Amino acid sequence: MKVQITSNVFLRDKYLLMEFCVPAGFAKPEPGQFLHVRIEDSFDPLLRRPLSIHDVAWQARSRSGQKRHILKILYEVVGKGTALLAEKRPLAQIDVLGPLGRGFDLKKINRSRCVYIVAGGMGVAPLFFLAKTIREGQKGKGPKIVVLIGGRNKDHIIREKEFKDLGCEVHVATEDGSKGVKGRVTELLKTLLPAPGAAGSPDDPQGPPVICACGPKAMLSVVAGFAQQKGLAAQVSLEEFMGCGLGACLGCVIRTVSGYRRICQDGPVFDASEVIWTE
Amino acid sequence: MKPKLEVYIGSLKLKNPVMVASGTFGYGREYADYVEPSRLGAIVTKTITKNRREGNRPPRICETTGGMLNAIGLQNDGLEDFIQEKLPACRDLGTKLIVSVGGETSSEYGEVIEALNTHPEVAAYELNISCPNIEYKDKIISQDEELTHKVVRDVRQKTDRPLIVKLSPNVSDITRIARAVQDAGADAVSLVNTFLGMAVDVETRRPVLGNITGGLSGPAIKPMALRMVWQVYNRISLPIVGMGGIMNARDAIEFLIAGATAVAIGTANFVDPRTSSDVVEGIATYLSQHHYKDVKELIGSLNVS
Repeated sequence: MKVQITSNVFLRDKYLLMEFCVPAGFAKPEPGQFLHVRIEDSFDPLLRRPLSIHDVAWQARSRSGQKRHILKILYEVVGKGTALLAEKRPLAQIDVLGPLGRGFDLKKINRSRCVYIVAGGMGVAPLFFLAKTIREGQKGKGPKIVVLIGGRNKDHIIREKEFKDLGCEVHVATEDGSKGVKGRVTELLKTLLPAPGAAGSPDDPQGPPVICACGPKAMLSVVAGFAQQKGLAAQVSLEEFMGCGLGACLGCVIRTVSGYRRICQDGPVFDASEVIWTE
Repeated sequence: MKPKLEVYIGSLKLKNPVMVASGTFGYGREYADYVEPSRLGAIVTKTITKNRREGNRPPRICETTGGMLNAIGLQNDGLEDFIQEKLPACRDLGTKLIVSVGGETSSEYGEVIEALNTHPEVAAYELNISCPNIEYKDKIISQDEELTHKVVRDVRQKTDRPLIVKLSPNVSDITRIARAVQDAGADAVSLVNTFLGMAVDVETRRPVLGNITGGLSGPAIKPMALRMVWQVYNRISLPIVGMGGIMNARDAIEFLIAGATAVAIGTANFVDPRTSSDVVEGIATYLSQHHYKDVKELIGSLNVS
């Protein structure tokens, strides 16, 4: 489906936020789902790029009053495809398939009293939509949201303010200590998890906290190991090169306890305990 | 008057000459939101093997200039699962279902085909003897003329259904392999499978693909695939299913003119899931515009005078 870009701006060096309208008939996205984006009409780049849905907003159309979605994509310029995407100006069109994939399990999240959202670098992309959905869905009765954002240095920490504006408790870790706590975001998670018996701790009688994470695979593997050690449920959003995006080509797989599974169709969000991280 | 699009691949009648290539379209239903299967001439399934195959370690695909490499490794849940879980959903596809069959020995191919012979959903078989990502005694079956002849001859004994044999382009003379397939009694050849290739990550000095090497497909291979279709067309009398980098109707028409009776859309399905049905429409429009009454007038019509 061709959609028209309404805005495409640099938030900071290499990081951009793109907004575009989709018609009312477009399926309502769930947090964790992605769009498969064809950047050019030509065959260079050839394949689509899977990009997480960062935010969804409703807007009343002025003339007919018909509602339509505004979808937002947060992305980093990492190669040829994203560099071309960064050059797109408002009114330009891109071709999107989606929303695709299986997102976060909101039922499980909403049953808990506290959710730890752990983002490594660009991992914030799908997690903002998740935090917003949790916040809006429960009329203030939903779980407490603690957001942890990690990056190499302060320039790699993005969307901190936006999470705060949602009412989340936000913590930052940078590897060089230029912002927040010095160290990795996974270390921060270990120090933040409440002591046994406290609200939101693993043995909280009201229900243990849930961890939702997105970031580099090495980071997710540490989060998964930590969750397992503490007996906590963790949902992780994975990334891989993709072909069709529709579950047909088996190009984007992750090894799980039930064999290789498709990130585009069986994920991108998986229960961390199902993933075999050693490969 | 609308031009006729029907073609025959042996005794297999296709409503139009456009198929989708094995491995790019799942088992027919994955693209339901984008393509009505009944619009296509045929659907070729992802290759199935007798036993479940886990497939190669990721990363399994990577983009290259004008193409892509893949090394999926024939991941599939095996024959039994195919019959139980996937085949029932293929009953009302409204198009011909061609099952791609993989294996390592003649008897393995034979067993799969014998088990499928009783299932009316299956219209024909495509023998995948050319997957570059599995090894049969260190080589691809269709790289060996004698082995190709033997496997096709053995499988021929097992079925009366149309038998299409898919060839590898990773050979010095593809016409010799095509000739061996014809001599062994197949009904058609399909060509080409992917070209062996690789990519290196210079930051880590590691191969990009988990399998190190993979098969190249996409627009980059079209001129080579087209040349091979033309060569084979001039050497054998079997119908040819042409494929390799077909991205639109004009590409498909090039293959028809070079001698292909039908074409298959592969990598283009990833770029735009509607490509296959767009190609059907585009061929019909081309025929009308050029005053052809029947697509058969186009097949092998290359003017080399």
